[in-house]
Amino acid sequence: MSALVVENLQTEFVTRAGTLRAVDGVSFSVEKGRILGLVGESGSGKSVTGYSILGLIEPPGRIAGGRVLLDGVDLIALKPGELRRMRGARVAMVFQDPMMTLNPVLTVGSQMAMAVRAHDKVSQRAALARARDALAVVGIPSPAERLEAYPHQLSGGMRQRVAIATALLHRPAVIIADEPTTALDVSIQGQILAEVRRLADETGTAFVWITHDLAVISSLADDLCVMYAGRVVERGPAAAVIAEPAHPYTAGLLASVPSLHEPGTPLPQIPGSAPSLGRLPAGCRFRDRCTRADAACTADPPAVAAGFDREVLCHHPLVRA
Amino acid sequence: MLGFLFQRVLQAAAVIVVMSVVVFIGVYAIGNPIDVMIDPAADQKLRAALIARYGLDQPLVVQYFYFAKNVLSGDLGESMVYRLPVMQLILSRFPATLELALSAMVIATVVGIPLGIWAGYRPDAMSSKVIMGLSVLGFSVPTFWVGLLLILAFAVEIGILPSGGRGTVGTLFGIPTSLATWDGIQHLILPALNLSLFKMGLLIRLTRAGMQEAMSADYVRFARAQGLGDGEVIFRHVLKNIAIPIVTVFGLEFGSTLAFAVVTETIFNWPGMGKLIIDSIITLDRPVMVAYLILVVFLFVVINLVVDLAYGQLDPRIRTRGAS
Repeated sequence: MSALVVENLQTEFVTRAGTLRAVDGVSFSVEKGRILGLVGESGSGKSVTGYSILGLIEPPGRIAGGRVLLDGVDLIALKPGELRRMRGARVAMVFQDPMMTLNPVLTVGSQMAMAVRAHDKVSQRAALARARDALAVVGIPSPAERLEAYPHQLSGGMRQRVAIATALLHRPAVIIADEPTTALDVSIQGQILAEVRRLADETGTAFVWITHDLAVISSLADDLCVMYAGRVVERGPAAAVIAEPAHPYTAGLLASVPSLHEPGTPLPQIPGSAPSLGRLPAGCRFRDRCTRADAACTADPPAVAAGFDREVLCHHPLVRA
Repeated sequence: MLGFLFQRVLQAAAVIVVMSVVVFIGVYAIGNPIDVMIDPAADQKLRAALIARYGLDQPLVVQYFYFAKNVLSGDLGESMVYRLPVMQLILSRFPATLELALSAMVIATVVGIPLGIWAGYRPDAMSSKVIMGLSVLGFSVPTFWVGLLLILAFAVEIGILPSGGRGTVGTLFGIPTSLATWDGIQHLILPALNLSLFKMGLLIRLTRAGMQEAMSADYVRFARAQGLGDGEVIFRHVLKNIAIPIVTVFGLEFGSTLAFAVVTETIFNWPGMGKLIIDSIITLDRPVMVAYLILVVFLFVVINLVVDLAYGQLDPRIRTRGAS
C-alpha cells in the first residue's frame, strides 16, 4: 500500500511580478519501503514539492491546491498544531548541506533528544538512549561518544548520518531527502546510499529522494519522477525510465550524464535553459528546447501511457505503450 | 582553558600599563593644578614649596616612576581637593554608580531582548513596526533631554517619583545599596530608566537582526521538520546562536555605563563616580583623574575578559580554538 500519495499539488509564490506557480499539479505516490527519485534541474520545483509535503512553505509562498495523503490523512487540510505533530513523527526530512542543518552550538545528543521529546513525553535520559540507538542504526561508530560531540567535530558524511538518524527517530512512514548527498565526497555518498537502501528495506520507511544527479539516483531509486518547470513530465519504474526514456527532456538529461556517456566524444547538452516561472511558454513547457517540437506542442501535452506503470507528458513521446 | 586565561590576564596587564602612561601624559599636559589650588595672593615661596611637595618640579619620567611605584604598592595617591586617599574616594562613590548601571542594564535586557525577539519573529506585524520605530527614538534622542522629560512627567506633573538624589540606602548581603529600601528604589527608577533607553534600542535592533537571519537558517527549518514548535525553535535553537553579538554589546555598554553615566548622574543629582570625575577635571585634581581613568580601563578589561569567556560557553567552535 502507498505510504504517501501526492495528488495534483500546487504551490505558488506571490511576488511583485505576479503569482508564480513553482509546483503545478504534481502527482505521485510512494510504496512502503520503496525509494522514489524526484529528479530535475534547479528551479524545477522539486525542493518546493518536498517542503510542501511537510507544510514548511513560508510566506510569500503558499499551497494553492491538491492533497498530500499520509496513511489516508490529508496533511494539507490539517491545522498547524496537528501538522506539527505529524512532522518528524510520521513524515521527516533531511536537507542538502549537513553543516547547515545541524545547530552548530548544540551537541548532537541535545538536538536529537529535543527531536525525540517533541513527540514523546520521555525523560532526557531515555531520549538520549533512543538517540544513541538511532545513531547506531545509521552505522555511526561509538554512538554514545558522538552524542557529546558538536557538529563541527564530525565529518560531512557523519553529520549527514546524524541528520538521517534524527529523521529516523520516530520511525516515520516517509522521509523526504532533499539532495542529501550532493555536498558529500563520492565515496561517502556511496556509503550513505547503501545505508538508505538498507533502511528502506529493513524498516519499511518510504523515501522521496530529491536530486538533480541522475547517475546517483539511477542506482538507488525504485521509481523515478522527472520534473520540469513545476510539472512531472515523466514517471515510472527507475530501470525502465533509465533504459528507455520516453520524454525528450529525460532523454536529454540522461545523455548529458558524464558517467553514462562514451568517453572521448563531446558531451551532448540540452540547448537553451530552463524557462523562468514568470515566462513559461504556453502548452508544453519544454518545447523551446525540444528537437521534436512542432505546432501541436503549443497545446497542453496529454498524459500518455509509456509502458507498465509508466506515464509521460508529451505530444511526441519516444516510447509509447 | 588555564592557558587561555593566563594569556588574557597578561594582555590585560599590558593594556593597563600602556593606558596608565597615556593617561599620565595626558593629564600632565593640561595645566598646573597648583594655580587652581592656592590662593592667588599667595607668595612665590609658598607656591614653590607646594610644587615641590607634590613632586611637580620633577621631570615627567621621574613623576611617572614614583606614581607607578606607589600604584604597585596599592597607593593611588591622595586627592588634592578632598585630602582623602583616592581609592577611598572612588570606592565611596562606586556602589551608587554600580547599582545605577546594573539597574539600567537589567531594564534594557529584560525589555529589549524580548521585544527584539518578537520583532524578528513577526517582522511584518504592526506591533513589530511600532517596536522598531521606538527603538530608533531610544538611541537617537539625547539622554539629557529624555531625562528632563522624565523628571517633568513623573516628578513634576504626576508627582509619583522623586526628581533626583539617592534615597535611603540600606544593606543587602552586606553591601550598601538603594535597592534595599523602597525609598531607594523609587529614587533609582527614573535615572535607571533614562540610562537604559539607549541600550534598550540597541538590544532590540541587534536581537531582531539576529532573529531574522537565524529564522531562515537551515537548522531552524530542520528543527521545524522534526516537529518542534516555534517556542522551542526560538528559545532552544536560535537564542544561543544569536547571543554572541548581544553579549558583546551588552559588555561594552555595561562598561561605558559604569564609566560614563555622567549626564544622567548630573541631571538626577546622583552621587556616583561620573560626578566625581567631572568635579575633579574642573578642579584639576590629578590623582583622582588618573586613578579614575585607570579604574575605567581596568573595568573594561575585566568585562571584556568575562565576555570572551562567555563566547566559549556560547559557541563550542570558539572553545576548541581557545584550547588548542
